[in-house]
Amino acid sequence: MDQVTALVARQFLCSMLRIRIAENRLAEARRDGLIGGPVHLGVGQEAIAVGVSASLRPTDRIFGAHRSHSHLLALSSSVHGLFAEVLGKDTGHSRGMGGSMHLWDQTKGFYGSVPIVAGTVALAVGAGLAAKLQKTGDVAVAYLGDGAVEEGVVHESLNLARIQNIPVIFVVENNLFASHMHISIRQPSDATARFAVANDIPARVIDGNDVIAVAESAKDAVIRARQGGGPSFIEAVTYRWYGHVDWRDDIDVGVNRSQDDVANWKARDPIARLRAAMVAQGHWSAAKDADLEATLNREMEEAWERAMQDPYPAESALLDRVYAK
Amino acid sequence: MKTYNYGTAILAAFEHLLDKYPEVFVIGQGLWSPWYVGNSMTDLDKKYGVHRIIDTPVSESACTGAAVGASLSGMRPIVVHPRIDFMLYAMDAVVNQAAKWSHMVGGQAHPAVTIRGIINRGGEQGAQHSQALHSWFAHIPGLRVVMPSTVADARDLLIASVLCNDPVMYIDDRWLYSQTDDLPDVEEIDLRTVGPRCLAAGTDLSIVASGYSTLLAMKARDQLAAQGVSAEVVDLRVLNPFDPTPVVESVRKTGRMLAVDGSWRTCGMSAEIIASVVEHLAPGELRAAPRRITLPDAPAPSSRVLEKIYYPDVDQVAFAAQASMAR
Repeated sequence: MDQVTALVARQFLCSMLRIRIAENRLAEARRDGLIGGPVHLGVGQEAIAVGVSASLRPTDRIFGAHRSHSHLLALSSSVHGLFAEVLGKDTGHSRGMGGSMHLWDQTKGFYGSVPIVAGTVALAVGAGLAAKLQKTGDVAVAYLGDGAVEEGVVHESLNLARIQNIPVIFVVENNLFASHMHISIRQPSDATARFAVANDIPARVIDGNDVIAVAESAKDAVIRARQGGGPSFIEAVTYRWYGHVDWRDDIDVGVNRSQDDVANWKARDPIARLRAAMVAQGHWSAAKDADLEATLNREMEEAWERAMQDPYPAESALLDRVYAK
Repeated sequence: MKTYNYGTAILAAFEHLLDKYPEVFVIGQGLWSPWYVGNSMTDLDKKYGVHRIIDTPVSESACTGAAVGASLSGMRPIVVHPRIDFMLYAMDAVVNQAAKWSHMVGGQAHPAVTIRGIINRGGEQGAQHSQALHSWFAHIPGLRVVMPSTVADARDLLIASVLCNDPVMYIDDRWLYSQTDDLPDVEEIDLRTVGPRCLAAGTDLSIVASGYSTLLAMKARDQLAAQGVSAEVVDLRVLNPFDPTPVVESVRKTGRMLAVDGSWRTCGMSAEIIASVVEHLAPGELRAAPRRITLPDAPAPSSRVLEKIYYPDVDQVAFAAQASMAR
């Protein structure tokens, strides 16, 4: 690990930890009844958004889904904006109109996330088409899950992206579950990249808990798209530590999800893995780790307290935001 | 002044938009083929290039979603669905995404996308080639629904739709394409200022309609005039957001109303028209019970015998108007 790599690794570690702490904070607040609506947490999956975002710039167009806190925060978007949004406050990223499932921060390139499964995949293709027509060299990113590839629009989108040579990167976070259903009882194969192959789109299946592997794959895909090479498909295999929604484990409602599985996957924690590699090569230490965690905890605490005090949207927001002004 | 028919008026709108606005592009099925969209898009691909006039795979859902995504990225796309029936595959992009986007993100982003759905019915095409679903779309907050009935509106409201920052469903009807009119040069208008309009004044009865039904109403008005009945025709033009004021004013004046709508009866636009008027009038202001003519609550038939009784015609409209007068 050279100095440059060490610096990058440190940024990755910081970004992943920031997301982890923020999401754990949301889990606790939801458990304690401070958050009114559902939160879909991606703890354990942080390496994917962080690795992908390393090659993106603010003019790129990134779209998420229901489990998108990491996609937003990995773009250096404000934690306070996320917390305020989840609490339905006027200072939230979506002005308190979206909550956890409708996130937006276009200043950072985050065009939006929605909970309709695969709902933004075609939108990302269109944002990429716009970039192609505008000749900006920007790319679009569609984050989707292994459940989303069961939606017809994904296949239409892959085909359209390929035939129109659109600069879009499909990032499948394959965490093996759609809600409570394991992929083995939903699909005849557990490799969603087969759909990219079927549409003649270059695909890679990677370890989604290895942030360096994700970053390298994403870099290749982004460069390819910026240079006019069209779409790419990255399938990053991972696992979510929490259940489908909120703070529980879901080992009781899940099919093929046991406490043993969760424990085994926690042993493959993307943050712990990176941290161990950095320590082993002399670029990180327990003391630095404690410092970083303390700093992030302070940031979270401040952001949370501020968000709790922030005002709710005015009642006029109900009708004022239906149409453009 | 230049003479257009309804189809070439739409073509003129496309040309105006594509000439003047580089952010406008068109995507949909059949755009490189002469027979999908009548004479309303002839040779646009040759004039503006296939990169801006994009004929697509058979993928209504992805193409509509892509247009929504492009509209969030500084473009003003027009999606063309040569038959509304096929557009039902695209409902997530229209209803869940485009219509709700502004509200969901706190009014900070707006999908400036126009979805052109063409009603193309009759000719024994049957249940899945004949639908008129404007009432359905008008139910969705955030989605503007535009139904031009005149040659001038066909051109000017398409331009206004595309220049509007909200998602707009622009619905034209192939049965209107043969109308002709002389139009002045284009003058761009703000869609937010467009609403129902009195198309022809009268004193005895208000006929309220949209799209092809307005043409029926105008023809019935001529027939009624010959019978000594003075009918006023109000053309809705924009069904959502619906401003009932001009309709209420008309009925307040005439005291009688007939809603004519080319969609189904139950929960259809005709019900919204009548309800909006009734709730704004005092009980004594109506001289007869409101009436309506709609499609029967059945899918479109194929057989010509059934088709003949399925679609409202001019005689039916005139007859219902006379019945209102008799009360």
